[in-house]
Amino acid sequence: MANIEFRKVTKHYGDGPATVSALDLKISDGEFMVLVGPSGCGKSTILRMIAGLESISSGDLSIGRHRVNDMPPKDRDIAMVFQNYALYPHMTVFENMAFGLRVRNFPKLGIERRVREAAETLGLADLLQRKPGQLSGGQNQRVALGRAMVRDPQVFLFDEPLSNLDAELRVQMRSVISRLHRQLGTTSVYVTHDQVEAMTLGSRIAVLNDGALMQVGTPLELYNDPDNTFVAGFMGAPSMNLVPVHNDGRQLTCELLTLPRPHLSALKSALVLGLRPEKLVYAANAPANWPRLTGSIELVESLGAEMLVHLRAGSSQVVARLPGLRAFTPGDTLELAFDPAAVYLFDSESRQRIRSDGARAGVGA
Amino acid sequence: MNVVLGRARRSVPSRFARILSDIFSWRFALLVFASLLVAYPLLWVVSLAFSGQQALTLVQLPADASPAQHLHALIPLPERWTLDNFRALLSEQPFLRWLGNSLVIALATTAVGLSLSCSAAYAFSRFRFAGRERGLMLFLISQMFPAVLMLIPLYVIVVQWLGLGNSWLGLILVYSITALPFCVWMLKGYFDTLPYEIEESALLEGASRWTIFTRIILPLARPAIAVTGLFAFMTAWNEFILASIFMDDESLYTVPVGLRFFVSDYASEWGYFAAGSIIVSLPVMLLFLALQRFLVSGLSAGAVKG
Repeated sequence: MANIEFRKVTKHYGDGPATVSALDLKISDGEFMVLVGPSGCGKSTILRMIAGLESISSGDLSIGRHRVNDMPPKDRDIAMVFQNYALYPHMTVFENMAFGLRVRNFPKLGIERRVREAAETLGLADLLQRKPGQLSGGQNQRVALGRAMVRDPQVFLFDEPLSNLDAELRVQMRSVISRLHRQLGTTSVYVTHDQVEAMTLGSRIAVLNDGALMQVGTPLELYNDPDNTFVAGFMGAPSMNLVPVHNDGRQLTCELLTLPRPHLSALKSALVLGLRPEKLVYAANAPANWPRLTGSIELVESLGAEMLVHLRAGSSQVVARLPGLRAFTPGDTLELAFDPAAVYLFDSESRQRIRSDGARAGVGA
Repeated sequence: MNVVLGRARRSVPSRFARILSDIFSWRFALLVFASLLVAYPLLWVVSLAFSGQQALTLVQLPADASPAQHLHALIPLPERWTLDNFRALLSEQPFLRWLGNSLVIALATTAVGLSLSCSAAYAFSRFRFAGRERGLMLFLISQMFPAVLMLIPLYVIVVQWLGLGNSWLGLILVYSITALPFCVWMLKGYFDTLPYEIEESALLEGASRWTIFTRIILPLARPAIAVTGLFAFMTAWNEFILASIFMDDESLYTVPVGLRFFVSDYASEWGYFAAGSIIVSLPVMLLFLALQRFLVSGLSAGAVKG
């Protein structure tokens, strides 16, 4: 096991813009770090740099106590699970799992024991003589996990391993991966674009955009205390409402709401207000001093126990996550209320969070 | 249960009727006609080979032949079936030796051609190096020129400079190298379809490039290797012009060159020629049969990402 440290790591392809720029990130020993971000944000490149499959343009990468910038992949003692499984189609499950040990000249009995143990843990014991082509997607991904496990590496890398599986299997495999990490305690780096996977699996999450690190923290830290609109919008489903508002020094206004904020006079006139859909409640159930938000219903998405109501007033739009089922007709006017402490404010240009009074969950009333 | 029986009873006459209607359909007639068109010339060769005679005419028609006799003459069947031609070919003529020469040259061409093209194609497919694009383009350009055009330069290089005329090695060298461009392109196309992650995964597991090539890539590329190998074998096996010019010594002839001497200005032994050509076709046919399960997937290699 080992920690991983990036110091000002940058990756360029040719003369183009940096795919990863000056990344500083420390992954502790035994940690499950999830790298999350949209396509092309550089997360897979970071993973491949750890694996040694991509060279590093500048900066230092160390695994354990060694600087590994120039160390070939085979010497890094790393196992990787790929999105398309990357199993050897002409070998049986047993041979697939034993391959890494065989090329490293492990004793035959030891190989047999390790493969059988891993197969037992992953429920593959009956499939050892099958070939990947005869297995389902979920089984193949478990074989890929087993192949990574048997070598007992110091770091596990996962490159969107669940993206090829259907929704049900994904939930199942998430728990398998989570359980394995608890059992083995190996440092793991997991790349995904799915924020649900990130929230449920990660001990910490690093959110990336355009090759830059937006924020690192535990899932709850990112959810409750986002540093910028990108993280605010990326974490949570449905994502946080980000509404442009006008600040006149006494109150924040947009077509949907008016929020008294007397002490923001030093700030710019154009701000972005962030409000999570689950923080909106029916006005009738809310304390009288909570600010109101009024708009016409544009769309209602019913999810059974709850529903997502899209409200609009002029160019401002919010989504509210409301309990129960009510018969709403698009075009009706709906009044909602929210706790003023649940509001986040962001600079409209830099998109950075404005922590005017230092409160963790919002700017306070 | 009744339903099942009822269905079965109904399906018997309908299936029979379907077969009958198939047989009497225009499609069937067309297929029979096409098959006859292909088989008829071959039948001449087979008949000649098994007739025991050397003349090209199987049936001597009298001057006042009846229409029935004319019709009979159209159907190439020997008057008596015998293996005499084959027996004489293998015992009295140096045919066995030529067959041996051809086999050695074709097998060695396949082995040399495949080992060179597999490693070259892997490099072209996986590595980025200076001259890669140009190299591939040059391979393609070399295919534009017919073999006859290269005959004189090849003769000068192989026979006059290297002194490899009249030897197996000379022909093996020339055949392997002329087959190389096609083989490299064919194999490269297939290697391109193999997911790169498989190799990256093996790299991380500690395998060397050589281990990956021999234990993962080559086994996975078996269909393409089978097709390419077959191509290399047939190139060497069927080639006539180069072999006839490079080989002066009769004992070093390959089969196509040897066969040519049965029907020349001085001889017209069509029986031997026919028997020889049947024997020559056998190895290729056997190879096709042995490799047929690879052929379909190999020929469509690269068509879709599998």
